[in-house]
Amino acid sequence: MKVRISDDALALACGADAVAAAFEAAGAEVERTSSWGMHWLEPLVDIDGIGYGPVAVEDVTSIVSGQGASLSIGAIADHPFIARQQRLTFARAGKTRSLSLADYEASGGWVGLQQARQLGSDAVIDALIASGLRGRGGAGFPAGVKWRTVAHAKADQKYIVCNADEGDSGTFADRMVMEGDPFQLIEGMAIAGFAVGATKGYVYIRSEYPHAIQKMQAAVQACAHLIAPFDVEIRVGAGAYVCGEETSLLNSLEGKRGEVRAKPPLPALEGLFGKPTVVNNVLTLATVPWIMAHGAQAYADYGMGRSRGTMPIQIAGNVRYGGLFETAFGITLGELVAEIGGGTATGRPVRAVQVGGPLGGYHPPGQFDTPFDYESFAEIDGLIGHGGLVVFDDSVDMAKQARFAMEFCAAESCGKCTPCRLGSTRGLETLDRILAGENIAQNLALVEDLCDTMKFGSLCALGGFTPYPVLSAIKHFSEDFGER
Amino acid sequence: MTVLDILDRHRGIEGALLPILHDVQAAFGHVSEEAIKTIASSLNLTRAEVHGVVSFYHDFKTAPEGQPVLKICRAEACQARGVEALVAGLAENSRVKLETIYCLGLCSVGPAAMTGDKVHARLDKAKLQSLVDSL
Repeated sequence: MKVRISDDALALACGADAVAAAFEAAGAEVERTSSWGMHWLEPLVDIDGIGYGPVAVEDVTSIVSGQGASLSIGAIADHPFIARQQRLTFARAGKTRSLSLADYEASGGWVGLQQARQLGSDAVIDALIASGLRGRGGAGFPAGVKWRTVAHAKADQKYIVCNADEGDSGTFADRMVMEGDPFQLIEGMAIAGFAVGATKGYVYIRSEYPHAIQKMQAAVQACAHLIAPFDVEIRVGAGAYVCGEETSLLNSLEGKRGEVRAKPPLPALEGLFGKPTVVNNVLTLATVPWIMAHGAQAYADYGMGRSRGTMPIQIAGNVRYGGLFETAFGITLGELVAEIGGGTATGRPVRAVQVGGPLGGYHPPGQFDTPFDYESFAEIDGLIGHGGLVVFDDSVDMAKQARFAMEFCAAESCGKCTPCRLGSTRGLETLDRILAGENIAQNLALVEDLCDTMKFGSLCALGGFTPYPVLSAIKHFSEDFGER
Repeated sequence: MTVLDILDRHRGIEGALLPILHDVQAAFGHVSEEAIKTIASSLNLTRAEVHGVVSFYHDFKTAPEGQPVLKICRAEACQARGVEALVAGLAENSRVKLETIYCLGLCSVGPAAMTGDKVHARLDKAKLQSLVDSL
């Protein structure tokens, strides 16, 4: 009997190692794979395509003896959560061993890189522009346009920097790529290097992801000969949220305080060590091999409006069926939360969904008909960010959530610009007064004014976007802020 | 293993300061004033510059911890799954240091925590208490 169990950090945190050991002790052959992304079922056990989950050590004997029907979800690939998805970036999720070069090649690995080398660098960049791929880190800037700027810049050295500082609460897609399909990310970086003329790449991974660091280091060693002359090095962050901001990340890579730099100059022209640099998120780079292998049009055929392709959406927080759901842009927020996520885990009504991480807006059920795409969320004063959804039930106090947004900004501000450094602390103090019932109307007006200053005066998204959760909480959940 | 050994290992690499500080932190449990001096002189930086970097990042400590640390995620997704009530209900314990961490990427199975490099999910009152007791 061959049993497949994920060894990604989430499966391990849910006890996958002990379950794997129990299967081995019961005489089964255990293979450790990437995760399917059905997190409520982890540890999920895959036996000849049939899934069992969540499996505890006590369940192993009955599953081995064929008595595991009560835990069976049937064929994993046919499960509605999987069958409804359009997995391009996560095509291998659950199916391959993350560090097996043989599995990677057998599932279409390196085809994109070969294709790119045949096409030549100009054609690669044209294809990326035609695919419509936009930066998946949150800013949504067209990836191909960024690459072209770097390609046209003249310099003796250029860099590819992968931003793997996935610090947003409610997001885990970067972690899943690095722990589940690391070669795909490295292949994407090698294609970027080929296209813009860079020979050196860095992956900046946050220190809170030790398993991702380990897998990426092993993967880089295993495939160095396949991506040469391009070379990838793994660097580890040191617990600063702001280093997910591209210019902070560059300073951190240079060995400095992770303070934001003013733009211009654009990193594409003066980036790492002052050289032209592509800074892309993990998901952006990991999607490039699929586009090169299947063609720009095939990717652009998915999606809506100016949001082309698919988005790996992360459904998290107080939700019944949490996990990774990759689908074409255009699905509504309500479908994601109610149909796919199954509502709250506590069984209480959904009150708010924060979309796009700690800097994203809080959306009430009244906005559930909003399609998931960059422009639609901008229209309702929100953002899709890195694609994370955090669901809250009706026990949430939205004034406290607004306060937390300011508190988080104050804790993580790099201190470079005044609106963020001082604004977040003053905002926190003012919200505390509101929570204490002092001059509520006056203090709310102050907070709104302060948010305006932060939004337009901050150097980066930390100070600039903290107003989104604060203002959306005030706007949609004003009853939580007391009588004005 | 000395600070000089660590410096030797990273000689010639670009932007070596963070990798050096990580290794020093891992080897000695903190980055001492003495280590900062040695690193600064080796990299041709001022002590103020190195100190500025050490103090910027949450991971680097200037004094040894001396007690086991439990890092609990208290970001939005874990808040939505009840981490605040969990922490509030935790029995007084002066032996274990509770540290707040923002996001372990386990946002669909929180509340989550980390001890060393080990991650823990779906924490409830009993599980969290036994985790604290095990440290």
